[in-house]
Amino acid sequence: MSQAVLLVVAQTMVLLALSPFIVGLIRKVKARLQCRRGASVFQPYADLAKLFKKQPVVSTTTSWIFTATPYILFASTLAAGLLVPVFVSQTPLNFAGNIIALVYLLALGTFFLMLAGLDAGSAFGGMGSSREAIVASLTEPAAILSIFAIALTTGSTNLSTIVHKTALLQGIDTAPSPHLMALAALFIVTIAETGRVPVDNPATHLELTMIHEAMILEYSGRYLALVEWASGIRLLVFLTLIVNVFAPWGIATTLTPVAFGVGLGVYILKVAGMAVLIGVIESMFAKLRLFRVTDLLGVAFILALLGVLFFYILRG
Amino acid sequence: MSTLLLALLACYVGGSVLPPCLRGHPTLQNLLAHSLACAAGLFGIALGVAGLVASEPLTASVSSTIPYLSFAIRLDPLAAFFVLTISLVGLACAIYALGYVTEFYGRASIGALGSLFNGFLLAMTLVVLADNGFFFLIVWEIMSLLSYFLVVTEHEKAEVRYAGFFYLVMTHVGTAFIILTFLLLFRETGSFSFDVFRHPEAPLPPGLRTVAFVAALIGFGTKAGIVPLHVWLPYAHPAAPSHISALLSGVMIKTAIYALVRVYFDLLGGEFPWWWGFLVLGIGAVSALLGVMYALMEHDLKSLLAYHSVENIGIILLGIGAGMVFQTYGLKEFAALGLLAGLYHTINHALFKALLFLGAGSLLYATHTRDMEEHGGLLRRMPWTGLFFLIGAVSISALPPSNGFVSEWLVFQSLFLSFQLPDLFLKLMLPIAAAMLALTGVLALACFAKAFGISFLALPRSAHARHAEEAPVSMRVGMAFLAVACIVLGVAPMVVVPLLDRVVAPLARVSIEGKVLAMDGWAVAPVNVEFSSLSPPVLAFLLAALSLLGLGLVAAFGGLAKTRFYKTWGCGINLTPRMEYTATGFVQPIKRVFSAIYQPTVKLETELLEESRYFAKRQRFESRIEPVFQKYLYDPVVAFFIAAADRLRIIQAGSLHLYLTYIFVVLVLLLLITI
Repeated sequence: MSQAVLLVVAQTMVLLALSPFIVGLIRKVKARLQCRRGASVFQPYADLAKLFKKQPVVSTTTSWIFTATPYILFASTLAAGLLVPVFVSQTPLNFAGNIIALVYLLALGTFFLMLAGLDAGSAFGGMGSSREAIVASLTEPAAILSIFAIALTTGSTNLSTIVHKTALLQGIDTAPSPHLMALAALFIVTIAETGRVPVDNPATHLELTMIHEAMILEYSGRYLALVEWASGIRLLVFLTLIVNVFAPWGIATTLTPVAFGVGLGVYILKVAGMAVLIGVIESMFAKLRLFRVTDLLGVAFILALLGVLFFYILRG
Repeated sequence: MSTLLLALLACYVGGSVLPPCLRGHPTLQNLLAHSLACAAGLFGIALGVAGLVASEPLTASVSSTIPYLSFAIRLDPLAAFFVLTISLVGLACAIYALGYVTEFYGRASIGALGSLFNGFLLAMTLVVLADNGFFFLIVWEIMSLLSYFLVVTEHEKAEVRYAGFFYLVMTHVGTAFIILTFLLLFRETGSFSFDVFRHPEAPLPPGLRTVAFVAALIGFGTKAGIVPLHVWLPYAHPAAPSHISALLSGVMIKTAIYALVRVYFDLLGGEFPWWWGFLVLGIGAVSALLGVMYALMEHDLKSLLAYHSVENIGIILLGIGAGMVFQTYGLKEFAALGLLAGLYHTINHALFKALLFLGAGSLLYATHTRDMEEHGGLLRRMPWTGLFFLIGAVSISALPPSNGFVSEWLVFQSLFLSFQLPDLFLKLMLPIAAAMLALTGVLALACFAKAFGISFLALPRSAHARHAEEAPVSMRVGMAFLAVACIVLGVAPMVVVPLLDRVVAPLARVSIEGKVLAMDGWAVAPVNVEFSSLSPPVLAFLLAALSLLGLGLVAAFGGLAKTRFYKTWGCGINLTPRMEYTATGFVQPIKRVFSAIYQPTVKLETELLEESRYFAKRQRFESRIEPVFQKYLYDPVVAFFIAAADRLRIIQAGSLHLYLTYIFVVLVLLLLITI
């Protein structure tokens, strides 16, 4: 029991501590590719520290929804992160929820963020919420179906079970393997759900092209710090999902200090690699027009569906 | 138990008969009718719980002089579960009505409204208790008629009369099919008793069973509001006073779910070919998706909620349909799970939909308009109503830690378990249904972000909204009761699942309580714990603890600097409500992406100045979506009947002698045929 609590606390700490680094790393990669030196990869930590100290300005038109949303968003995103195995394959909270729970926990945060976007009464916030609605509604079926395709090979939809079995290569059924299609689908989902180029541009300054940034336009001070931190964690959770479901090797499958150390080191390397990949993609592609995004998300859905069909049909 | 039953009947009958006797004292009538309904609701809750835990069903019967009719009732766990659902919602609506009907003083007869309210609840309770086909049809018809009278409470409005008429026609089309179902069973068994249907002397021929299945699906489906038989629902449910809408959408459509489960799993013996389950499942998936899609385009708060009933009936049928499919292949535990998921969603939907309708009623009470574009900023003016509506919105969007989340999660699991089916086609189809459910879930979330965001947040959009005041105490108590129930059913499935298992076990012939509850009840799992598990209490605890962590981080890193309040940045000019995003604007991207379904048409008329064609004098913008089902399915049928009636008018000359001749000719013809 005490071991389980320690593991949960450790996982919380890793998610909290690592997420700003990933955000900083992506920015650094983008800067280097644009032939800039860019800010330090640790800049997001300084940003958060500064935002926490700043006096927040809250619109007089808002209700308690606006001030409660950062806390709800932060809690739901972190809770979702605790359902995913990070550097230990057997998370103590595995029993608390499977992939559906993960998706719906993240949706809880999205729901309140959409409300907060509308709360200030500015047209920009409403626009962001409205766009988030369409993007979210097209990504979530693809997310659920792609993990389901993987679940078919392991006989479980609980993430920790999937990762543990895949890491040990025990009790899984990979002939045929739907992994590649599911990976492609989940990668597109990750791009869309975390608001990266080509779906949304996190670095944009132009309100009319914003999605996520438009919803949080009115936030400042400690509220903005929590929202930014939460979106960093959200990004990290999706990257963790990809690296640990599709390439779990190196993760600690036993509960020994050595395995923990190796698991943590390998994990950081893997998500850093993913962050570099995201940075490269962001530099190579232009943002898509909103109504072209739906085609991309449609592709993700079809890929995930094909993964499932492929698995069943080839097995007969 | 029989004492409870008698007390319940006495209260409802008293509530139906006594109020009209107090003519001219609306306050007394209101108090009497609704306090009796409250008492009946409490008795009903006790009766439901007692019936669920009892080892033997309670039966009673009063024979009649009419052949084949006996007033037989039977309180088995399935009936008890529905009595509990009806009573919970009935109690909340009765408390709410104490405050809400004051709105109707002087406009409608409070005595009639109160006694119809009680009669309607009584009829619904008897529908689920009836143990005789003939008796069932009688109370079913009474329920339909009383609900029609309640729908047309505000009959001075033309649109209410239209809605009522539409409802009346549709419900009778449905009833015709239900009568067909029971007549078929009667012809085969020679009795109307449910007990005889259950244990027929000779097995029913498959052809007859198939016809009975389809007729029951159409008949009860019309009441439940499955696509494409749903078109009346978004007219009729919103037209009634709000506490009645809550009953219609929350419970009345559930009596149809009850009847479907009763007929398929109980009366028809729970054995069916695979396509029965697949058909129910398919209808469920389509209803869920189309229901939420049409809901998104509604800006009338109550119509929006009514479309969501179509959606949720779809989700319930997804669970029940999956259960039927598993039943066909002998996977009894999975069948029980599907059924359990469907029934769990049934009670959840009853609670949160009633809550949302009561919330919408409070908005109507405060602002006198149902149009969301005229609401706005109401959370600051009506904090309690807003909070309760938000709880309802979170529940219907199936977000943790609400009750909707648990039951939708269970439906998902029963669809995912399809990988155990032997049939490849079904294996492929059930995950697609799961994907449709996922899309439905997110669209529902978008829809309630719109409904809550536009109605309750930002600046008031009209004078109505600016002058709104919080609803009276009784209305708030009614809503609070349902809101608490939503949360309790969300975080404590370990209480609900064992009770539901008692309902499902006799129908699926296997008890899965021990397999659905894992870890001493702290987690729910779909039969196979390895496959997946969910712990709502732990998730709720996590959410609370991590919110506190957020607060702690804020305190640790920054201290709690005092917030400055300032107006929203409006690009240099002061913000007015006209600059806010509207409900129409909010759903525009969705309308555009799914234009194949909506077939939107936009009409823009511009009147130009005579002097210059670069300046517009007046512009008129109109945007609407095509009511596909009405246009292509209903209008042709209506047109056919009107044309036929037109032709037949020739023989209706209005002369009494002519009609007597007709009667004579028909009589002679009949005599000739019989000879």
